Amino acid sequence: MQLLRKTVAARAGAHGILMLVSLMALTPIVLIVVNAFKSREAIFSTPLALPTQETLALDGFRAVLLESSFMSYFANSMIVTLSALAGTILFGAMAAFALSEYRFRLNSAIGLFFVAGLMIPIRLGTIGILDLMVRADLVNTRSALILVYIAQGLPVAIFVLTEFMRTLSGDLKNAARVDGMSEYAIFFWLVLPLLRPAMVSVAVFTMIPIWNDLWFPLILAPSEETKTITLGSQVFLGQYVTDWNAVLSALTLSIVPILALYLVFSKGLIRGITSGGVK
Amino acid sequence: MSNTAVMSASPAAARPARRPVRWHIAVFLAPAVLVYSAIMVLPLGATLRLAFFKSVDLQTRYAALANFHTLFGDERWSYHFWNALLNNAYFFLIHMVLMVPLAILLAALLSLPHLRGSALYRTAIFMPTMLSFVIVAFVWRLILSPIWGITPDLLDALGLGSLFAPYLGKEEYALTALGLISVWKELGVPMILMYSAMLAIPHEVIEAAEVDGIVGVRQFLKIKLPLLWPTVGVVTILTFVSNFNSFDLIYTAQGVSAGPNYSTDILGTLLYRTFFGAQFQSGDPHMGSVIATMMFLIILAVVCVYLYFIQRRLVRYQF
Repeated sequence: MQLLRKTVAARAGAHGILMLVSLMALTPIVLIVVNAFKSREAIFSTPLALPTQETLALDGFRAVLLESSFMSYFANSMIVTLSALAGTILFGAMAAFALSEYRFRLNSAIGLFFVAGLMIPIRLGTIGILDLMVRADLVNTRSALILVYIAQGLPVAIFVLTEFMRTLSGDLKNAARVDGMSEYAIFFWLVLPLLRPAMVSVAVFTMIPIWNDLWFPLILAPSEETKTITLGSQVFLGQYVTDWNAVLSALTLSIVPILALYLVFSKGLIRGITSGGVK
Repeated sequence: MSNTAVMSASPAAARPARRPVRWHIAVFLAPAVLVYSAIMVLPLGATLRLAFFKSVDLQTRYAALANFHTLFGDERWSYHFWNALLNNAYFFLIHMVLMVPLAILLAALLSLPHLRGSALYRTAIFMPTMLSFVIVAFVWRLILSPIWGITPDLLDALGLGSLFAPYLGKEEYALTALGLISVWKELGVPMILMYSAMLAIPHEVIEAAEVDGIVGVRQFLKIKLPLLWPTVGVVTILTFVSNFNSFDLIYTAQGVSAGPNYSTDILGTLLYRTFFGAQFQSGDPHMGSVIATMMFLIILAVVCVYLYFIQRRLVRYQF
């Protein structure tokens, strides 16, 4: 009986701590989103209240959507992130297949060459990258960002996918070889479809940093036409610092799509991290 | 990662020793090797090389270690370099002291058997991790702003009103405040890594401990924590490396000069200012490369120490 009471108390304590931390994680986000829908007076007089009939105002959203190219920034981010992700997964899977499937002389050397990239941030080579992009005439293009992000994502992708491919059984591939399927056909028709679970991990590890990156858009593609949403909101927020409605609305517009996506995919995301290569 | 463990089922191993050149291997490797070499490895090499050159009268000349002499010998450079390095170290320390124990605690609580709402807590605590540092910086700038007054009001409600200061604007608090903000955002990933490491502990081990009467906190300290050390090692090294990437937060929250009075300057912002220039200085790719080279050497040294001394001593239990 005493043990039971002790367990109940321990459980209550666990819930207490978890709730407190959850609250600390969520409150700042909720405060921003809630106040974005309020009039300027209400933001300051009753910051903790939900918007009511009288205090509801959408001026901020109007300002953001009309006075900035938010939609075009958003499109740029989508194009860059999805293209880089597709490139990372395809090139990464091809290299991982070569490294895990065949025995050849340079195998471990090439494996190590890629693993080194897990530890060295690509940003350290920025000066060289900018120089390269200037010479290739790729400054202020989305291609520059896509290339950089593919290079940035490849080490993680190759690491995770190689580990995963080693767990795949060889029977199917050998049967296909006996049937005279080429190595390319085996990769594209047999192996690639089996990679789906590992692709989720790779997507988690590569997509979020790309979408959220400020450094490379700022340095390689700061023009109005190629700004990503992260750089775009950084510039917009800096200019409109005193327009609280606009700032809160811009933040809300940047937060909500990511969190909506997160809530839809959160199970897969967290499973992706737990099953990912970092163990 | 060892590549010696090639699958024994692979027919390549069974084939006779002499075989035609297998071009498909090169084809599979080519795109990744090309992109990775051209965009990451070669530019990094070029950056390191640039550190040993100087531009004199519009001409680039080999300068041996002259730039490094400037960095360490010239007061104007060395002050900023050491200041940024110390700030980086402090920033890292905040994460290690606060984020790692908190992540372990949360993971231990989340992995309690039959805990209701576990998925809900996990989702909530992970949420800030999804946001960019740009958003995070502005959210906290607003919340800590004395103009909006949310923080002083909350502190008043807790009876701690006297503790309020415009934290991000004060030299003595700004870096600590930014460190805490960074912990707020980054906590999710270490928590999930620790959580999955705890779930990976087999039931037999826990049951054996229970049979021996080792339960509760004692079980955590004696059984689970030792099994977590490898994950703590991984989190440490990930945190260390990402520390050198924490440009975004400082740049957005405090501007390119990492104010007030450079008190929040880290190597990332120093590199950016040196390379691109700021209000009072013009950009210098050579000195920028010197700073990038120093960052590279520091990361290399720490990663080597980690791999050779720490990771070797960590016992990995195979179940």
